[in-house]
Amino acid sequence: MDKTIIYFDHAATTSTKKEVLDEMLPYFTQSFGNPSSIYNFAVSNKNAIDVARDQVAKAIGADEKEIFFTSGGTEADNWAIKGIAESYKAKGNHIITTSIEHHAVLHTCEYLAKNGYEITYLPVDSDGLINLDQLRSAIKDTTILITIMFANNEIGTVQDVEAIGKIAKEKGVIFHTDAVQAVGHLPIDVHAMNIDLLSMSGHKLYGPKGTGALYVKKGVKLKAFMHGGAQEKGRRAGTENVPGIVGLGKAIELATNHMEEESIRQAKLRDYLIGQVLDKIPYSRLNGHKVNRLPNNVNFSFQFIEGEALLIMLDLKGVSASSGSACTSGSLDPSHVLLAIGLPHEIAHGSLRITFGEKSTLEEVDYLIEILQGIVIRLREMSPLYDDFLEKQR
Amino acid sequence: MYTEKVMDHFSNPRNMGEIENADGVGTVGNAKCGDIMRIYLKIEKGIVEDVKFKTFGCGAAIATSSMATELVKGKTVQEALHVTNKAVMEALDGLPKVKVHCSLLAEEALQAALWDYAKKNGIVIEGLKEPKEEDHDHELDDEEE
Repeated sequence: MDKTIIYFDHAATTSTKKEVLDEMLPYFTQSFGNPSSIYNFAVSNKNAIDVARDQVAKAIGADEKEIFFTSGGTEADNWAIKGIAESYKAKGNHIITTSIEHHAVLHTCEYLAKNGYEITYLPVDSDGLINLDQLRSAIKDTTILITIMFANNEIGTVQDVEAIGKIAKEKGVIFHTDAVQAVGHLPIDVHAMNIDLLSMSGHKLYGPKGTGALYVKKGVKLKAFMHGGAQEKGRRAGTENVPGIVGLGKAIELATNHMEEESIRQAKLRDYLIGQVLDKIPYSRLNGHKVNRLPNNVNFSFQFIEGEALLIMLDLKGVSASSGSACTSGSLDPSHVLLAIGLPHEIAHGSLRITFGEKSTLEEVDYLIEILQGIVIRLREMSPLYDDFLEKQR
Repeated sequence: MYTEKVMDHFSNPRNMGEIENADGVGTVGNAKCGDIMRIYLKIEKGIVEDVKFKTFGCGAAIATSSMATELVKGKTVQEALHVTNKAVMEALDGLPKVKVHCSLLAEEALQAALWDYAKKNGIVIEGLKEPKEEDHDHELDDEEE
């Protein structure tokens, strides 16, 4: 097992599935025509896009007219938030979000804040859930958008999206959700859940990188983000990424077909890993909600050690994972999500995120549990914080 | 992202541990920033006879601690004083830019341990300044890759 890589970072990205790639390939070399062209062989590309649009729409209970292809989740988030901000400027300038959003949402909100918009960042509890009463009371006459992620990419906590949608509808405020981690993992019905805009990404569900989509409910005004040609009904200009769109459609279709059984299977692995680690490694904790959590996400903190050192040691043993430590983020602060759930800095630095995929096995999880114990002991031996702690215990 | 030498010192750190009744102990950094280094010195007749470290921090922090201890072992106190972050970095064949502060921490820990030794023994080490408390502010140094 040592020789092969055990990939436990599926929330970062996934490989493109063979079936997905096979669907895409003809659109590079044979059916390369521009979908906007008149001649017959290019027309088939328009049909391929229509099929993909239908596949994406079906996966989230939308109408295919409500799906717009983008270059990924980040573009979808940017477009949704900036687009609503601009389109509804006359109504108000207030946006409600949370303190645990992905940077694609947070930094977009910060950008708008510099341009005259007022942003409310809802706090979350120690499990990462927002308080619905706080949301309700944060809404005012000038509120034009609520943007709250479906499921958190770091700690896996899944919000009560249906309840949020209900509140938004009651108050007549547009509701956007970043569902990049949720699509293909959790059942989503945009109409039943009163979601007005939803962002998704292809490469988190075995589709190609550089692909994504924004669902925009019929009737929601959304200014164009890219100006140019008439593609995507004039709302997102630029020659369509036909192979990418085809790949996204196929990937979403496959993911939703396997979703029920896969989520049950992965949730079992998840709960097994959580139980074993909390039992076998002292001074460890689970970050995120125990039950309302993505089936493939586990996030631990190990006291007295630092996450990057932990990741390198795991890597040396063939395991790829990620951390919310400052050293892995390129910045000097640990993850804003871990700080938002109330972790002190030193514990936030010692986090480990494991995210499963369709190929993850119990054998791999057992191997991880085995090596993790030794690594944590080793790093604690090196840690002056652990010394100080033991000293105090005496 | 790390050089072979960094990986070597990270995987097989030299002089990891502590010295009981050390002649000088220096602790720098803080948990908030994610790295703390503690260096223990055993000094006899002005020579660093033994040195150990404990570090809470990333791969680079552990590797720089290990290398710093290696560089001062067997040296005179004066020589040890001149083991700078630059020397540690060079000995490791370089560090990524964002990790340069780790090598600064190693230098500071060493100086803090020397200061502690000087204070305990009522001596003055020429050129050694009193370590500042909790001033590890992550100033990034741009000079080295």
